[in-house]
Amino acid sequence: MLVERFLEWLGATPWSVALLESFWVWPLLESAHVLTLGLFVGTAAMMDLKLIGASFRTVPFSEFRTRMLPYTRFGFALMVITGLLIFYSSPSRYYYNIFFRIKMIVLVLSGLNIWLFHSRILLREGAWDRDARPPRAARIAGGISLVTWSMVVVAGRMIAYNWFDCSMQPQPDWVNWAAGCILPPQ
Amino acid sequence: MILAFFEWCEATAIGESIRVSIWAFPVIESIHLLGLCLLGGAVLIVDLRLLGLGLTQQRIAALARQVRPWLIGAVALMLLTGVLLFLSEAVKCYYNRAFWVKITTLPVALAFTFGVKERMAKEWEDASTRSRLMGAASIALWFTVAAAGRWIGFSG
Repeated sequence: MLVERFLEWLGATPWSVALLESFWVWPLLESAHVLTLGLFVGTAAMMDLKLIGASFRTVPFSEFRTRMLPYTRFGFALMVITGLLIFYSSPSRYYYNIFFRIKMIVLVLSGLNIWLFHSRILLREGAWDRDARPPRAARIAGGISLVTWSMVVVAGRMIAYNWFDCSMQPQPDWVNWAAGCILPPQ
Repeated sequence: MILAFFEWCEATAIGESIRVSIWAFPVIESIHLLGLCLLGGAVLIVDLRLLGLGLTQQRIAALARQVRPWLIGAVALMLLTGVLLFLSEAVKCYYNRAFWVKITTLPVALAFTFGVKERMAKEWEDASTRSRLMGAASIALWFTVAAAGRWIGFSG
């Protein structure tokens, strides 16, 4: 298997080993990843609350987009950088982790929601910019964003638990399938 | 004395049942993290404004008022889940330096947020030197609480 061999090679590179074994760097990296949640998901959630009409009812959406989104994007960049480094420290462990896989799938769904929002709803921003309660489509996009990012956070936290690890056999067939476990021939 | 109290906490029925369950701790921890996200957003949106950044078209007082219910909700959620997590491993916390950093800075951050920052923000329209100091202090305090909180899991 190509992927399997690539991940094994990646995890054996000196920097990956050093990262995983480091006494300070790994916990600091993980802490940065978690604390940045407050910046990234925090500011994103505030914008979503505006979108669903639950808060900031007098603030135009365009002000949120121009004045707050840069901080949200900066937070996301930090999440991606720290996340990639954490993945690099132990590639096989994460690749074969069911929660990591769930997190990645929901992450894609979340991105899809943002893309749809930008390509459809945001084009008519002028028509609803100052609405206390944005149109239905915008409220739905805001709601989906809140739910998917929450799921990403929870799935991310669960990666640390090994209930469904491939090394913890026997597991139900669907777990082995979903986590992509490579089982020894029977 | 304190250790005895922590031992008692850990022996409570709630602490005991969270400890024996496989799922309880991770689930409560996840809710604690979601609370962190909400708290981070509610604190930062006002602190950025105090620093003269972010939603600068809004009056400080108006912004603080709109954020208030979410701020209180987030704090309540974090306190509730935090107490539950503590009950399940109180004795470990007793010997954990990061826990003590968190538990001493948390009341300071709470008193500062609700006693000082909120009261002053009520009077303010726009950013000033004083408001910038207030915003920076708030970010520094909450950052310390959150960082120490994450570190509980790494130390001891």
